[in-house]
Amino acid sequence: MSEPIVQYKDVHKSFGDVKVLKGIDLDIHPAEKVAVIGPSGSGKTTIIRMLMTLEEPTSGDIIVDGTNLWKMEKNGAMVDANEKHLRQVRGDIGMVFQHFNLFPHMTILENCMTAPINVKGEDKKEVEQRSMEMLERVGLGDKFDNYPSQLSGGQKQRVAMARALVMRPKVMLFDEVTSALDPELVGEVLEVIRDIAKNDDMAMVLVTHEMDFALDIADKVLFLDEGVIAEQGSAADVIEHSENPRLREFLSRFRN
Amino acid sequence: MNYWSWERFSDALPYVLSGLGTTVMVTLSSFLFALLFGLVWTFLRRIPNRGFNWTITWIMEFIRSTPPLVQLFFIYYAWPVIPVVGMTLSPFASAVIGLGVHFSTYIGEIYRSGIESVGQGQWEAAKALNFSLIDKWRRIILPQAFPPTVPMLGNYFIIMFKEVPLASTIGVTGILHMANSFGSQHFNLIEALTIVGIIFLALSYPSAYLIKKLELKLNNRY
Ligand SMILES: Nc1ncnc2c1ncn2[C@@H]1O[C@H](COP(=O)(O)OP(=O)(O)OP(=O)(O)O)[C@@H](O)[C@H]1O
Ligand SMILES: [Mg+2]
Repeated sequence: MSEPIVQYKDVHKSFGDVKVLKGIDLDIHPAEKVAVIGPSGSGKTTIIRMLMTLEEPTSGDIIVDGTNLWKMEKNGAMVDANEKHLRQVRGDIGMVFQHFNLFPHMTILENCMTAPINVKGEDKKEVEQRSMEMLERVGLGDKFDNYPSQLSGGQKQRVAMARALVMRPKVMLFDEVTSALDPELVGEVLEVIRDIAKNDDMAMVLVTHEMDFALDIADKVLFLDEGVIAEQGSAADVIEHSENPRLREFLSRFRN
Repeated sequence: MNYWSWERFSDALPYVLSGLGTTVMVTLSSFLFALLFGLVWTFLRRIPNRGFNWTITWIMEFIRSTPPLVQLFFIYYAWPVIPVVGMTLSPFASAVIGLGVHFSTYIGEIYRSGIESVGQGQWEAAKALNFSLIDKWRRIILPQAFPPTVPMLGNYFIIMFKEVPLASTIGVTGILHMANSFGSQHFNLIEALTIVGIIFLALSYPSAYLIKKLELKLNNRY
């Protein structure tokens, strides 16, 4: 099997006195689709936020494509990463948020174009073409000139995905991207994710409560419980064959 | 004894108006100074050090709770006699610095509220898209932080304009100063002061209107 694109090595995270993650070991391989499930408060969001550099681990290492994310070498010793180092490594990661976080002062096309142009210094014409293609792909080509405030929640979330995709990350993180949506808008967003999962070769980590969907597209499922990965394996292994009583109880809540 | 004479009124009018340029210049310069110095406060307060932060907050509080007139007197009369750092400033410069610094403490507060009005999600999206520090501020944070501050900045502009006559006490030859001097020559202040009042009304009102227009324009952009 290929080298992992992301590795968590004994990662711990506390907020003040509260231990949220208690030793996470995890490999994510290129193109792998990982679903993270687990009860509320088990630390799912925290796991992916550390990879996006939105939270700093209390201890342990996160390796991205062979480079330690939160530490760097200085005069032969490993020290805390500075912003320059973080920026270098962070470029491989993209994220879609629960609340979209589109830039309200930009049109949706500008939302897609700003980072490739201003962060990566790419050619404007090329980025514009790619952004339009991406907006077409998420079904919003005709809305390119609209501001986010003119879109529905489902449309906003699809723009947010296009915006992240235009950056061509190696790993894309999804944090409960449908849970802020009206129920009738969930489907259109899941369809886009399914399309990305099928056709793109980047790795994906999905934190989700959409159990059936996650199990359908995931190569690997993690069950997170009280800050540890309590189960991991293929969807079939974890869902059908696990004996873990906590997991059985958790799943039973989605099966009726 | 007549209290009001139209003849004196028409004599006073050009005399008082000759101070208008100065009054406007003091206002604009002080406001510009306050806008820039407000940035300094905002920046200083973002430095993550509790003791430092506390000190800055306390200095701002001190400047804000002291009357601007006292500050003008201090800068104009007391500052020059302080050894080493002291220097003599013209009335105009003293007024601009005094009013500018005083109002910069309010304006720094306004900037802060503008920055705080930008949601956490925007900062996180900027990070997820790997923006540099400068681009994050320039393209994401400030364009959203600025529009909501416009009405408040506008209010302070007008409040400040109405404090500018204080500068006449240190000899800035604005409209109030001219009115005073006209009044003492003619032994009657009523007409000259009335003109001062009319000028302030005539300028404040359209300014408030323009600020309102600008505010609407900024708010309806998206
Ligand atoms: N910034 C923070 N400060 C303090 N505590 C936090 C912070 N972020 C998360 N926590 C706590 O850490 C724990 C795990 O949070 P996390 O958001 O990772 O859980 P989750 O599995 O994503 O839950 P949910 O399904 O509700 O989204 C929770 O108890 C939460 O209250
Ligand atoms: Mg969560």
